[in-house]
Amino acid sequence: MEVLSMGGYGAYVWTAYALTFGVLILCVAQGRRRHRRVMSELRARVLVDRAAAEKSR
Amino acid sequence: MWTFLHKLASPPYFYKLAASMIPWLAVAGLVLVGYGTVAGLFFAPPDYQQKDAFRIIYVHVPAAYLSMLGYVVMATAAGIGLIWRMKLAHAVAASAAPLGAWFTFLALITGAIWGRPMWGTWWEWGDPRLTSELILLFLYFGYMALRAAIDDTTKADRASAVLALVGAVNVPIIHFSVEWWSSLHQGPTLIRAGGPAIAGPMLWPLLAMIFGFSLLFAALLLGRVRTEVLIRERRARWVRKLVYPEETA
Amino acid sequence: MTEPEPGLPGLLAGFAAVVRRDLHLAWRRPGDVLNPLFFFAIVSTLFPLAVGPDADQLALNGPGVLWVAALLAALLSLNSVFLNDHEDGTLDQLLLSPQPLPLLALAKSTAHWLVSGLPLVLVSPLVALSFQMPARATTVMMLTLALGTVSLSMLGAIGAGLTVGLNRGNALLSLLILPLAMPMLIFGARTVSLAAAGDAASAGIYFLGAYCVLALSLAPFATAAALRISNE
Repeated sequence: MEVLSMGGYGAYVWTAYALTFGVLILCVAQGRRRHRRVMSELRARVLVDRAAAEKSR
Repeated sequence: MWTFLHKLASPPYFYKLAASMIPWLAVAGLVLVGYGTVAGLFFAPPDYQQKDAFRIIYVHVPAAYLSMLGYVVMATAAGIGLIWRMKLAHAVAASAAPLGAWFTFLALITGAIWGRPMWGTWWEWGDPRLTSELILLFLYFGYMALRAAIDDTTKADRASAVLALVGAVNVPIIHFSVEWWSSLHQGPTLIRAGGPAIAGPMLWPLLAMIFGFSLLFAALLLGRVRTEVLIRERRARWVRKLVYPEETA
Repeated sequence: MTEPEPGLPGLLAGFAAVVRRDLHLAWRRPGDVLNPLFFFAIVSTLFPLAVGPDADQLALNGPGVLWVAALLAALLSLNSVFLNDHEDGTLDQLLLSPQPLPLLALAKSTAHWLVSGLPLVLVSPLVALSFQMPARATTVMMLTLALGTVSLSMLGAIGAGLTVGLNRGNALLSLLILPLAMPMLIFGARTVSLAAAGDAASAGIYFLGAYCVLALSLAPFATAAALRISNE
């Protein structure tokens, strides 16, 4: 438990580390979500184009 | 060398290459950060003045370093994109901005958390580094706001590139003026230049953290650039093939 | 640079024509010139009302308040540097003209300073008086404000050029320009404070002068690039 208290500075040290890793994880999640969204938008666009092509045929 | 660079600038090649590089960068970065975190938190001896609170530097310094590196990457890529009209470079610039902003935010927050036990206050205007970081955050916000305001991707790329370059010229001036400003009323400083040198068991985890965070930054950046490349190449054949493999059949 | 074709106005003539036109327009619509001045006066009135009428405190904060108010007032009119020209098609003419675009951008910024920055500088002593500023500091303040507003007109034109086609208006422009304007504010306000306290003020004036020269020589090129991009 002595390690956790960090000589009385535990709250500060642990908050700083938690925030840092939290932001890192957030960055990863944000990037992935954006990639998935763009992918699905592109997919939808292909479908729309195909439907338009079939209609005109 | 030139042929490699030429190939690298080709979006489908880059898209594939980046995908294969990301896991390596991420794993190497995580190993280094893991070592740095454990060694920094548990094995490095406490500072004789700041006691255990100094352990915050192991996350604060890498974040501050990357906040500046992010701007350098952004401005350099923006300049390359503007001069050589290279879409990939614009994609890099657009991806570096939000990451740089996040690390700037981290540098500010961890700096404030560090300042609280050391200075007795969350925010110390007298510290030129924190103030510079705050202005840097505003610069990132301006860049992203301009991008968001322009619908056309090509136009947004070029307009924001001009802004990034103007900002890059101003960053040293801003830093210098903030230094001058805070030197007038001697504020408390956290690390004095040439002050107590940190060495050995305190230094190695810090270097590992800086290098490891840089690798993670590179991995995150490449991941974002891939998305940006898809947006810029949405009409290209290879992208259509990628999102709908059976279409070509 | 190639010689202009015969029959075309020279570089200086083109510069002068743009400045003259903008001054004419400002003369016809005095509100555009007067509104920032009123804004400047009102903001400087807000501070004493907010922090109290204590003369010592006002004298202490005066330089900073004046500089912030002047900065915001000058920013207020930046949005319209290219907006009217964009709406009535003049901007397209400027882009097509055989004159080098950076020169015309410099002319636009100069005209903007003449109708917004210069009046601010001239009015500022009146406001300074109400903040109990000593006479020697007032001179320094006018000098720093003059240098600062010139730089801001140059720098702001870049932002105005970048945002000209967008209808988000002033908030975006402020977000782009204010962080870049911080060095001016820091040196300007500090220098006036030092002068008011009787200290040497030359360092800040030199800095503002250098910044002004830098802005005058580089910003028009960035503005020209911004205008081309916005009107592609």
